[in-house]
Amino acid sequence: MSYLFAAYAATWIIHIAYLGWLARRYARLRQEIEELKKK
Amino acid sequence: MKYAFTIFAVLTAVLLSYGLYQALVVAPTEQTMGDVQRIFYYHVPSAWAAFCLFFVNLAASIWYMVRRSPKADALALASAEVGVVFCTIVLVTGPIWARPVWGIWWTWDLRLTLTLVLWLIYVAYLILRKFSTSGQTPVMAAVLAIFGALDVPLVYFSIWFFRTQHPQPVMGGGGSIDPRMLHAFFINLIAFSCFGALVCWSRYRFEIARREVEERQALQGMMESGASR
Repeated sequence: MSYLFAAYAATWIIHIAYLGWLARRYARLRQEIEELKKK
Repeated sequence: MKYAFTIFAVLTAVLLSYGLYQALVVAPTEQTMGDVQRIFYYHVPSAWAAFCLFFVNLAASIWYMVRRSPKADALALASAEVGVVFCTIVLVTGPIWARPVWGIWWTWDLRLTLTLVLWLIYVAYLILRKFSTSGQTPVMAAVLAIFGALDVPLVYFSIWFFRTQHPQPVMGGGGSIDPRMLHAFFINLIAFSCFGALVCWSRYRFEIARREVEERQALQGMMESGASR
């Protein structure tokens, strides 16, 4: 059962880590767009 | 377009939840492997999603080589990156399944080795995209992607044509499977395919926006340097 839990948890940890990284990059990009608009 | 994305995201979340319920609650426990077999409901759909994304990468790379379309290049990058994420999951969940069933985490079996090579090819592709400053980077990446995609059918058919330790495919492998297991498998296959498409779509939109910002920043920089002269 622990192996099953480990596999499912690993799957979602990898996906969430990637989506979090993508969201951070999106936030930074939005900031850059705002700065461009100010100029 | 924004509504389509939201509807697709909600549908994918519902499918993933239903798939999880099917895999953990509805599907019966396999007699020889026990609960560990349930890893199959995440491992195989992840591999399928990775293969589909690498196929999109191949198609986009060919499209880029023919038309030199920046959109094709952005799609190639997005699909490769998301494909590597799914392939990483395959390489992580596989050994977690193998340890209790085979007694080892890893063996240099043909399919396992080819999957690792596939992952390394696409990681090399992403490293090339990230660190190369050459103007020819999209062309070099497209060529690498076209050659790299040759490994996908090798991975898929390796268990058909060679004697490997990896289990035979569910369909066409000669064995029988409980209909509830098959149902759980197909729900997860559809759910992971939708999830892969959704993340790839999101990454593609990000890439397009990032390139637009870069272009505007370059244009603004040129205008500012022109004004200072």
